[in-house]
Amino acid sequence: MLKEGQIRIPSGCAISGIISREGKPINGRDIVESIRVMHDRSNGLGGGFAGYGIYPQYKEHYAFHIFYDTQEAREECERFIDRHFDVINLSKIPTKKIPAITDEPLIWRYFVSPHPTKLADSQLDESEFVARCVFRVNTEIEGAYIFSSGKNMGVFKAVGFPEDVGEFYRLDEYEGYSWTAHGRYPTNTPGWWGGAHPFALLNYSIVHNGEISSYDANRRYMEMFGYRCSLQTDTEVITYIIDYLSRKKGLSLEETANVIAAPFWSTIEKKPEEEKLRLTYLRNKFASLLITGPFSIIVGFEKGLMMLNDRLKLRSAVIGEKDDRVYMASEESAIRAIEPELDKIWAPKGGNPVIVTVNE
Amino acid sequence: MINYLYPDYEIVRDPSKCIACRVCERQCANEAHSFDEEAGCMVADSSRCVNCHRCVSLCPTRALKIVKSDHTFKQNANWTGDRITEIYKQASTGGVLLSSMGNPNAFPIYFDKILINASQVTNPSIDPLREPMETKTFLGKKTGEIRRDEKGRILPYTEPQIELSVPIMFSAMSYGSISYNAHESLARAAQELGILYNTGEGGLHEDFRQYGANTIVQVASGRFGVYKDYLEAGAAIEIKMGQGAKPGIGGHLPGTKIVGDISKTRMIPEGSDAISPAPHHDIYSIEDLRQLVFSLKEASEYKKPVIVKIAAVHNVAAIASGVARSGADIIAIDGFRGGTGAAPTRIRDNVGIPIELALASVDSRLREEGIRDNVSIVVGGSIRSSADVVKAIALGADAVYIATAALLSLGCHLCRSCQSGKCNWGIATQRPELVKRLNPDIGSQRLVNLVTAWKHEIMEMMGGMGINSIEALKGNRLMLRGIGLNEKELEILGIKHAGE
Ligand code: SF4
Ligand code: SF4
Repeated sequence: MLKEGQIRIPSGCAISGIISREGKPINGRDIVESIRVMHDRSNGLGGGFAGYGIYPQYKEHYAFHIFYDTQEAREECERFIDRHFDVINLSKIPTKKIPAITDEPLIWRYFVSPHPTKLADSQLDESEFVARCVFRVNTEIEGAYIFSSGKNMGVFKAVGFPEDVGEFYRLDEYEGYSWTAHGRYPTNTPGWWGGAHPFALLNYSIVHNGEISSYDANRRYMEMFGYRCSLQTDTEVITYIIDYLSRKKGLSLEETANVIAAPFWSTIEKKPEEEKLRLTYLRNKFASLLITGPFSIIVGFEKGLMMLNDRLKLRSAVIGEKDDRVYMASEESAIRAIEPELDKIWAPKGGNPVIVTVNE
Repeated sequence: MINYLYPDYEIVRDPSKCIACRVCERQCANEAHSFDEEAGCMVADSSRCVNCHRCVSLCPTRALKIVKSDHTFKQNANWTGDRITEIYKQASTGGVLLSSMGNPNAFPIYFDKILINASQVTNPSIDPLREPMETKTFLGKKTGEIRRDEKGRILPYTEPQIELSVPIMFSAMSYGSISYNAHESLARAAQELGILYNTGEGGLHEDFRQYGANTIVQVASGRFGVYKDYLEAGAAIEIKMGQGAKPGIGGHLPGTKIVGDISKTRMIPEGSDAISPAPHHDIYSIEDLRQLVFSLKEASEYKKPVIVKIAAVHNVAAIASGVARSGADIIAIDGFRGGTGAAPTRIRDNVGIPIELALASVDSRLREEGIRDNVSIVVGGSIRSSADVVKAIALGADAVYIATAALLSLGCHLCRSCQSGKCNWGIATQRPELVKRLNPDIGSQRLVNLVTAWKHEIMEMMGGMGINSIEALKGNRLMLRGIGLNEKELEILGIKHAGE
């Protein structure tokens, strides 16, 4: 059977996110309880989480979470890592055996910093160096897959229902200022754990619900800039687009949203002159990065979350607020499950990004 | 001398319907019909007929039809009737065979072997009657770093662009090869539609300067009618390096057609032959092209995008990649089915490659080299329907050029006799009595209708795919599947086979 990456698998999904505006710790249990309610939006073929602020003791270092199919893959990958990075700490990621989660690969975690001379020789900036190393491992080392590579953040994912995945990874032992979660409803079995979400590159992580119709236009454009879409999933290409626009092109997240969920020309037409020129410029310059078709996404980044819907709002998305916490989810029930008494609950408009950051 | 030829087509008149009104006689510039005073009835000479249907369309009693002659040579799969007839013609004249319009032979038409996708269940289709469905397109470079002012606001500077309401333009046909009224129809329709038409290489008639914002002015190897004001008159400048119907060949408009306004517009003396050399004699290599691109940009103060039009030939991808690095803003690629007012038959029918393959390989190559943003790609030769437009864009084009389809909507019946200058539909002719048959009010309206109809169909197909902006269709090859194509063809087109 073909595994994810060899074929393109459409999916429906559930997503959820929580952030504390004051940067207070949130236990991983909360996000598990939130996504658990939307059990029927997944089908047991993929679930996962991203937590930010979970590794304060290693916050200066990149945390690599890696799946290995075999010990040989691990040895080869570790040799690669040793050549390119200083490894500060390494261990298996703690898990709990439960009947609902089976066939797990080897799951390892490394805290690393780029090797100073390797980095200098590469003439790349640090983040680009790390990103390229991640691409190399994922495309060149058979059986090794880095699925999380940011600082002070980590992705945890598996084939299974998300609530089981949370239990498997013992998320109640982690605390972070923000969390996202994903439950997947793929039409085919993805065949391996790398196909689960969130999808992450450096500090960006994405959970996404939808099936974008612009996929191949977006993919073929991104591949011009060295991004290799080896999983053939929407989430993967959206992550790369956000990385490209924000990190490489220096766009703010609002500007990024103006590109990927650009306002209709008829809306742009009605804006004041300066805004009109700006929006036209962005939409035309990055025309191939417009995303069409249904999507709701939560983008996790350092110190913040962004929720964004497609322009027609073809996927549900709601936002709730209570004190310092902001909740984002596919369904209101997922928010009420962990916070029944909200100060405010509302549905963001299609194409309008909602960006919440931790107060400095 | 014996005339070895029997006409291909026969004029058939139903005597029980013919009322001898003599309309056909007046309408046929080829003088195929006449009134036999003695017999008191209409007669016809089929050998003069080019099968343009003018008389058929105007006969008030529908007494006329043109049928394919069943007269035949002895069956021979190798020496077909066409081959034999052509030999007779050349044996009697000693000349090069001339033809017009596009290559009519039975080569594969890849557009007809490509199928389009639609949404089912996992994502919704979009109803263009209820939701916005955007076809607006910009052509031009998308390069350049993002610049910001001191407050961090984006400075929205872009290289010169063309804005189109729908990604379709009327491609180059010169004043001279087609009539004044045909040009007026194209210019007015382009203006009403928010798209562009192309002057071709014959210069720009004074009267049509008012349509400048919707005009592409062409600079070809003959440089007819090219001067500073001309370059500034349009919205874009096109350098014609080649044409799909006759790659590697120049043009020749005989002196007999260089009369009156045509001589004035082309800026050459009346009665002198207008000869476009095969190459541009100042472009013998890619670096020379760069110089011409920048001379034109200098002359027009960098305000207009420069299009370089090339014919689809064998190594089109490498050529396009050179053009993309020449400073050009847009590459127009013309496929081997592209039309012409006159071309040597052997060239038209044997030189060049299909546009579908050329487009796919150019788009892929420019992406591999990371320079796809340097240029927009426009393709023509031949786009026959809105489905062809959708397929071309999904293969990677930014927009398409149409010419034969535009002429058909003006009444052309593809009789492929443009080179005779006696077009009964007032299109490919300069004879005043024929030109006036094409009414620009009606002509422009029919062009507007055609493009509007296509736009509706494009929107329907996009909606079916769940795409509501044309830019998300561009290069979206996953929306296409091949049918009955071999591995190599699929590889070049970059698409999967149906069922995969
Ligand atoms: S050339 Fe045209 S108008 Fe003349 S007889 Fe033939 S079909 Fe009729
Ligand atoms: S333009 Fe006129 S002469 Fe040429 S093919 Fe069409 S109808 Fe015939």
